[in-house]
Amino acid sequence: MSRTTRARRAKREPVGRWIDDRLGVAKLARTALNKVFPDHWSFMIGELGLYSFVILVLTGAYLTFFFRASTTEVTYAGSYDALRGVRMTEAYRSALDISFDVRAGLLMRQIHHWAALLFLASIVVHLGRVFFTGAFRRPREINWMVGVTLLILAIFNGFAGYSLLDDQLSGTGLRIAYSIALSIPVAGTWITSLLFGGEFPGPDIINRLYVIHILIIPAIITVLLTVHLAIVVRHKHTQFPGPGRREDNVVGERMWPTYAAKATGLFFLTAAVVCFLGGVFQINPIWIYGPFDAAQVSSASQPDWYMGWLDGALRIMPGWEIRAFGFEIPNPFFPGVLLAGLTFGLLFAWPFLEARVTGDHGEHHIDDRPRQRPVRTALGVATIAFYVILFLGAGADVLSTTFGLSVNSVLWTFRFAVFVAPVVAGSVTYRLCRELCRRDGLPMASKVSWGEIPSRLLGRHRPPDASPHPAEPDEPMPTHDELV
Amino acid sequence: MSDRRPGLRRRDVLAVGLVLATALVITSLVISRRPAAAGADQQARGRELYLTGCVSCHGVKGEGVVGPDGRRRGPSLQTSGEAGAYYYLSTGRMPLGSSDEQPRRKKRAYEGADLDALVAYVASLGTGPKAPIVHLAGADLAKGGELYRANCQACHSASGSGGALSYGRAAPSLHSAQPREIAAAMRAGPGQMPVFSSREIGGRDLDAVVRYVQYLRTPRDPGGLPIGRIGPIPEGFVAWSIGMVALLAIVAWIGTRMPIRREVEVPDQPGEGSP
Repeated sequence: MSRTTRARRAKREPVGRWIDDRLGVAKLARTALNKVFPDHWSFMIGELGLYSFVILVLTGAYLTFFFRASTTEVTYAGSYDALRGVRMTEAYRSALDISFDVRAGLLMRQIHHWAALLFLASIVVHLGRVFFTGAFRRPREINWMVGVTLLILAIFNGFAGYSLLDDQLSGTGLRIAYSIALSIPVAGTWITSLLFGGEFPGPDIINRLYVIHILIIPAIITVLLTVHLAIVVRHKHTQFPGPGRREDNVVGERMWPTYAAKATGLFFLTAAVVCFLGGVFQINPIWIYGPFDAAQVSSASQPDWYMGWLDGALRIMPGWEIRAFGFEIPNPFFPGVLLAGLTFGLLFAWPFLEARVTGDHGEHHIDDRPRQRPVRTALGVATIAFYVILFLGAGADVLSTTFGLSVNSVLWTFRFAVFVAPVVAGSVTYRLCRELCRRDGLPMASKVSWGEIPSRLLGRHRPPDASPHPAEPDEPMPTHDELV
Repeated sequence: MSDRRPGLRRRDVLAVGLVLATALVITSLVISRRPAAAGADQQARGRELYLTGCVSCHGVKGEGVVGPDGRRRGPSLQTSGEAGAYYYLSTGRMPLGSSDEQPRRKKRAYEGADLDALVAYVASLGTGPKAPIVHLAGADLAKGGELYRANCQACHSASGSGGALSYGRAAPSLHSAQPREIAAAMRAGPGQMPVFSSREIGGRDLDAVVRYVQYLRTPRDPGGLPIGRIGPIPEGFVAWSIGMVALLAIVAWIGTRMPIRREVEVPDQPGEGSP
């Protein structure tokens, strides 16, 4: 009797209402579920990064149960014969144990590592999509900068992650990072001894990197991801031009049920791809590399791909050193510190630089088609070519053995290619964009002459046509239930 | 008669003894000459092979040859010893097609007794290290790994797959090297490779290194397909060409499903819009 009454009451008061009565979130939830997202497949690339990050957190949590971030020396006695009896740090031993003696440990390690590679790849492709469609323009400059910050954090955390294991390869990477930090004039020695706790390799670095890798950076990434998404909701997503699509509306599908289903499906398919890679392709076989010894190095030592451009820059940089104001500016400073600083500095500043040069400070919610912005697209492709050449430079030794070439001639080829390839790729892209626009009869962005660019960048340029903003279509606001 | 008999007997015995002794001496001389004759055969064979296959670049006495253009056609073999000769000949690196070529592993030109004869002949041209006999049974694998990482991986890479050296030279992959070839290479130091004499790496350690190099051909290798085992370059390649391509294909597939209906939303934030 009482059971049926309770059941009836439960029927009258479903879970949703129960929660709403206590928290009052129904209105918020309805708004969220009714949110309209514009549909274009490329708008889901950023989600790949989000889902890779979720997989990274899940597999990473599993690995923390078994990893010991300690440089205490121990003797290996695990189940891998070829290292038994060898002296090594506790960090490396626990990484070996995860690989050989922990159930599913190696699988988790490999999924974690592949997910990291794909996390970074997704971020870079997403960044490319936002760049080439001009989705960073006002009012989205802040979100662009949040995104660039996320990229930097992801690169750094990836490096911190593979440096933890204390195998020969990761130690070699740390050695290079130490040298780059050391090359900063004046402050270098202070920075390195602060970070490493003394001369390389230092007693503290593994421990500190561990806290940075599993706590500090993931926490910042989580916060910034939330900010990133919140700003997208606040601004609404950009959309490509199309029938019924205007600067002041969003045409697409509702969050519920369409996008919820798509997003769930995409999460599971992302997990499937990452698990497939983790299960089928070996990654970072640390047992072959052996424990780190500062006196040793293996040929074919490369960083993971997202650090490859930095390594390549170090390799193809000619051996110049400069003395200025009584201080030595060591060689790694130029490719290691200056290039990285310029790369991320220009990325942060791009929306503002572009607005200054084009004089277009207006709001944009309609994406550009890349071909309609030949200069921006050409610059983007040239930049990609530049970093691809640097990346290939990191593999100069592998390329020369694979194709039977001299490593010296490969290096010299890259020294020229790093300047030639961007120019070639950029001008081909520029012509291609113009041709495509002409063929399709699309309007193109007005040209800015090269001579004007410096004065525009410095903000001294006054456009002859008085209107600072391009004319916006003056159409009436569409009604809420307008279907297209 | 009877009194002559013992005398005759004594002479007979003496004669027989003399004959036997002579025969014994001759036989023993012949027997003792035999290996020397075989050695002479091998020496002659080795010399014959040397004078047809090697002399044009290495000279009659293995002193090396400088061509009329002043360029060295072949180095001196007088310090190569058995180890150097064994390494170059058993891996097929010698003879070379032309003196500009970098020696690479190829099919052996000399087999069996011919190989032994030529190696012994080259060894006899000077003083050089012997090609050690390797005892893999009981060699310490882990110790070998430590020595390998300290001495070999800088050029041959941690997985033994070889690596680039300067100006087009390369440290070869060790995955097809035979035990005695590895040992001979360590003692001889061919090309740019340093010499590891028995003072630096003793017999037991040498066995350990050879065992580890042999182990690297088929190491315990969990985790799936070993994509080259030459570090993160092939890993990055797989991440982009398989992982990222698959993910983008999935995104394109999901993203281009036909929508059920399209909706329009207008910004509801009063602050939005061009200032």
